[in-house]
Amino acid sequence: MDTLTDSATVAVVAPPLLAGAAGRRLLRNPAVIIGAAILAVILLLGLAAPWLGTVDPVAINPSVRNKLPGFEETVRNDDGGTTTVVHRMGTDTLGRDVYSRTLYGARVSMLVGVAVATISVALGLSIGLLAGYVRWLDGPVMRLMDGLMAIPAILLAIALVSLWTAGVAAVIVAIVIPEIPRVVRLVRAIVLSVREEPYVEAAISVGTPTLPLVIRHILPNTLPPLIVQATYIVASAILVEAILSFLGVGIPPETPTWGNIMAEGRALFRIFPHNILYPGIFLALTVLAVNMLGDGLRDTLDPRMKLRHG
Amino acid sequence: MFAYIGRRLLATIPVMTVVAVFVFMMLRLASGDPAAIIAGNAATAQDIVDIRQKLGLDRPIVTQFFIWLGHVLTGDFGESFFYKKQVAEIIADRAGPTLALAACTLVISVLVAVPLGVVAAYRRGTWLDRVVMGFSVLGFSVPVFVIGYALIYLFAIKLNWLPVQGYQPLAEGIGGFFARLILPSVTLSVIYIALIARITRTSVLEVLGEDYIRTARAKGLSSRVVLMRHALRNAAVPIVTVIGIGVALLIGGVVVTESVFSIPGLGRLTVDAVLARDYPTVQAVILLFSLAYVLINLLVDVAYTLLDPRIRY
Repeated sequence: MDTLTDSATVAVVAPPLLAGAAGRRLLRNPAVIIGAAILAVILLLGLAAPWLGTVDPVAINPSVRNKLPGFEETVRNDDGGTTTVVHRMGTDTLGRDVYSRTLYGARVSMLVGVAVATISVALGLSIGLLAGYVRWLDGPVMRLMDGLMAIPAILLAIALVSLWTAGVAAVIVAIVIPEIPRVVRLVRAIVLSVREEPYVEAAISVGTPTLPLVIRHILPNTLPPLIVQATYIVASAILVEAILSFLGVGIPPETPTWGNIMAEGRALFRIFPHNILYPGIFLALTVLAVNMLGDGLRDTLDPRMKLRHG
Repeated sequence: MFAYIGRRLLATIPVMTVVAVFVFMMLRLASGDPAAIIAGNAATAQDIVDIRQKLGLDRPIVTQFFIWLGHVLTGDFGESFFYKKQVAEIIADRAGPTLALAACTLVISVLVAVPLGVVAAYRRGTWLDRVVMGFSVLGFSVPVFVIGYALIYLFAIKLNWLPVQGYQPLAEGIGGFFARLILPSVTLSVIYIALIARITRTSVLEVLGEDYIRTARAKGLSSRVVLMRHALRNAAVPIVTVIGIGVALLIGGVVVTESVFSIPGLGRLTVDAVLARDYPTVQAVILLFSLAYVLINLLVDVAYTLLDPRIRY
């Protein structure tokens, strides 16, 4: 995916961000509308999970292990009466409710996606601005970035999580590091092309100090492509988190994440495919929605990319 | 040409140096005494002292790096403390399945993706184009293991056409080899096909607007000849580039696919080694995969000169 968004060779002159026409064009783009709508629904399902008929997503219940979707469990209450709990998506080998785990799993995926995108864009932007503007830093920084990019992203993330105790923070850092070089490259390419623009020369000639110059005249040019890039990073971060959890090297298995639910369902997949099916659908829909949003944003904010990448 | 290849080879040295430094630092970044980590759980105090001396862990860190690099360059990655064997030996055992999987995936991907992309470009704006592009976005979004399990469920469990999991070396019969390789390869192909088809479409679209295509059409060449000989050939450079860059996706996918299909390859080894905190193996695998990625992209750069005689270095 990175290659599609790697606009290192594309010089971008920024339209005013989301102002007027661009904002209206964005709202007319069906990909943006559909993507944002799916995303909003999944986010809402995750946030409102406690009120959507879920039970405790980590509660282990040996009496209802490995039940098919739709299984009705009769629970005896303290007062002697009974209530019926419906396991809409069945249960896993520990008797945990897959429906509850899947809904709560949306929280972790969204958190990881947004956190990774925010952190990697912030760090990549700072490093990219430095490398693009401070000439002597350019060589060493870019060699370092080239080296990091030579390690396939998932492999680098897997290697990094092996260094720390597993947890959400470790997973976020492990996914951030492979993303940084891609952001740095993008930012640096923009800085290098913008630096030669007449208005930047004009600003320099009237004595604008470096920091305000970078912030006021160079930084704004990087924002539209960075927003597009950040959207794609959200998508790939959600995927990589699921992969890490699925492989058993990510977030601890009791935490409800889509990858963990699927990892748990691996052993009995032949008989109970629902453990992989439902979280898989949620995961694919989420990533698809984010990608659609990204494509829509790209077409609106960064029209030259559309010409290049269709 | 040879001077160019030589220069490109030299240029990979700084890149691989960064990778080597990172891989070397992994042990130092991990919490705990590197000697104790290398020695493993069953080590005695004497073992740890021995290892510290053998690897020079009591020397300055730069010296340690060069000692380590010297070992690695001679193919000595140390002993896996999980498998109790030389890491190089384990890797040699595990390389076969991974190479078979990667080669099969590459063939399927290129054979499917390039025609899809060409057709989508040729019939741009039609439903065919939309289907191909829709598939491409979908291919990026559905995780590789979900595709894997869906295929297993359909073809191995419901239809019972193919074995569910496992791997059989080519030497034990070509039928069993391909029967077990086809599902993982198709699984791994999906994202690669999505990537290559998309770039092929864009690249061919760009070329189709050129004057020489109009000329070729005007002189009465069939659209097949125009597409294959004039359009595709001139669109080849970006396509080959993305095949090279996509190897990173392929390597990431191998790790996951081998786990889903229980294939005893390098990808599966990576996951097992990480789970066992078997750092010598993890280090070796990362170095090797990165080297493979860098070398493939070097080959791609060299291929440009063959594909496009205008490119001279």
